[in-house]
Amino acid sequence: MLEFRKDLFADERDDNLNVIGKGEQRQDMLGHVTGRTRFFDDHGFDGLLHLKVVRSPHHHARIRSIDVSAAERAPGVKRVIRAQDVPVNKNTLLSLIGFGKDDEPTLAVDKVRYKGEPIVAIIADSDAEAMAAVKLVRVSYDPLPTVFDVQEALKPGAVVVNETYPGNYFEYHDKYDHQKLRFGDVEAAFRSADHVLEERYQMSPIEHASTETNGTIAAPETNNRYVVHSCAQGLFFSLGTTAKILALESNRLHFIGGTVGGGFGGKVDSLTEPLAVLGAMLTGRPVRYVLGREEEMQFGSPRGAERHVIKDGVMRDGRIVARQITSYFDAGAYTRLTSYGVVKCVAHMPGPYTIPNVRGDAYCVFTNRVPATAMRGFGVTGVDFSIEVQMDKLAHLVGIDPMEFRILNAYRDGDMKAHRRVAHNTALIECVQVAAQKVNWPLSETARRASSLSGGGGPRATIPPTVTDEGGRIGRPETRQAPPRLTPGAGASLPAYQPQPAIPVHQPPPAHQPVAPLPSYPSQPATAAPLPAPAPPVPAPPAAPQHGAARFSSVFTRRR
Amino acid sequence: MARMPVQFRLNGSDRAVFVEPAETLLGTIRRGLGDFAPKFGCGQGTCGVCTVLVDGEPRLGCLTLSVTCEGRSIETASGLADGPTLHPLQAAFMEHFAAQCGFCTPGMLMAAKALLDRNPDPTRVEVVEAIAGNICRCTGYEPIINAILAAAQQRGARRA
Repeated sequence: MLEFRKDLFADERDDNLNVIGKGEQRQDMLGHVTGRTRFFDDHGFDGLLHLKVVRSPHHHARIRSIDVSAAERAPGVKRVIRAQDVPVNKNTLLSLIGFGKDDEPTLAVDKVRYKGEPIVAIIADSDAEAMAAVKLVRVSYDPLPTVFDVQEALKPGAVVVNETYPGNYFEYHDKYDHQKLRFGDVEAAFRSADHVLEERYQMSPIEHASTETNGTIAAPETNNRYVVHSCAQGLFFSLGTTAKILALESNRLHFIGGTVGGGFGGKVDSLTEPLAVLGAMLTGRPVRYVLGREEEMQFGSPRGAERHVIKDGVMRDGRIVARQITSYFDAGAYTRLTSYGVVKCVAHMPGPYTIPNVRGDAYCVFTNRVPATAMRGFGVTGVDFSIEVQMDKLAHLVGIDPMEFRILNAYRDGDMKAHRRVAHNTALIECVQVAAQKVNWPLSETARRASSLSGGGGPRATIPPTVTDEGGRIGRPETRQAPPRLTPGAGASLPAYQPQPAIPVHQPPPAHQPVAPLPSYPSQPATAAPLPAPAPPVPAPPAAPQHGAARFSSVFTRRR
Repeated sequence: MARMPVQFRLNGSDRAVFVEPAETLLGTIRRGLGDFAPKFGCGQGTCGVCTVLVDGEPRLGCLTLSVTCEGRSIETASGLADGPTLHPLQAAFMEHFAAQCGFCTPGMLMAAKALLDRNPDPTRVEVVEAIAGNICRCTGYEPIINAILAAAQQRGARRA
């Protein structure tokens, strides 16, 4: 008999709710079926101009020269916009919440870092005239070596993709090369495990392919403001980004939107708003900048590629005693939202399972690919997929039914998660039970009787001692210092690449602290063995996150 | 290039407009005549959001030249309702939640109307075939198929 969890979200429930089970008409449905819903492009303007951009044909190249003279003289062309016309030509999306360094130009200055990067914008009377003029822009390039593989990009001597981050990795808290999770002692647990399984999972980039492509129409209003018809998924986020890039007070921007023809994460990057508004400022006329389908498919940001290497230690009876995950996120040439996706990924290690020893390392890596962005659970979907495939392989390895294997290892109320939060309102066991029932999958009596409400806590609530090195640091002997920041001015030559140590393999410290108690071991006092005092004092951790991600992410805050 | 005059009937009204020789019917309807119901999705005839009816037949507005529509009768989703009264397809789309973002809806409706006009009692397979050229990325096709079948049923009941 299944137990239905009426206590889920009990503290958030309004018992007057009476909507479930009844249809409730959407407020926008009448507009949709009558064709009257106005998407960003469904607005007519007299004297509407059309904007198209010149894009890099190279994955990585230095720009030697740009000649726009023929394009400027082409029929219908009203204005050519170049990098120097963009007031603040360097931005990173999450700078609005103080997370990360400005690293991406609106129009490329001296270098292109991915195929399709915008270099020059052309505004003309018609789409066709703008496209014809795009072909007349002469850009001379010196192609540079490229790097497309995340692990290659992290190697010493790798090509520097994005000079703001010369190690080819996003710098967390301005100094760390990746995000780290440590719980217990995986090395000792691997040694005591009956089996160890290491597998590598690789995700490809995915294009959102919403039926409406990205685009914007911007027009001067009568009150010295600009009206902006936008398809942005985060309208005020896009407003802030546009205001920053154009050095405008945000109250001069009148964004209208919220009606999005499919987004799925592909419309959060403000790909078109800043240039459309700049075009309206420079011409004094309405300007429309819409990506064609080819542009959207080739250069619109995708969900980025991910690589996850998972190593698990498992006992013959099915208990997972150690899990180590190393994740590489391919950000492409610029940060956009990948830095945040990595934080989410680490928050989802080691999956909804109680594992007493966990080690996680996740890198946000720059390559010469199209910059990646949000897409439906980005940062989580890839690692969760990898973990679940790994769970099937582990179940097969120890000869246990995969559903039972999940129930056996599932987290339960009261368990300590690797992030040092006690698990509440867990329901994986019940989910697996229902799934099994729906497909008539036979479960053992033990698995059918299992409950998230019982069997958790106790020794499973213990925070095991965390392995540290002689310096009191976690994870590995040397924490790489952030390389010097490069902010080359116009015409400055870039300093030589700073060699960096190879990605070191974790060296376990000579003396191990006791292995954390395994989930079903009856008693090991919850107060845990005292931490041996490390010789030098533990350096202060990078304090409560000051970078704003705390406000941005439910990862850091309790659900109310 | 010299612009050319074209006359056609749009949702029951006679319209005359000057077009570029290479102008598409979608461009003329949207930017030339201000009916924004048909959408631009791909410009290559693969997504179907620009579907309009030309003399009752579904056509891809993005691949149809306006100059070939001289004297034709064009229908878009804007002309489906009879004043304040919704077309049975529109009512069924609402009833069955057959739209999420709504971007594919005007094209879906026109493809469905063309089907029901020539085949008032289609099978499920025929409905699927009729909208095979229209891509939806949000809702999934099931509610759309159900809505079209329900509209057919409702029309049949009214005729009986």
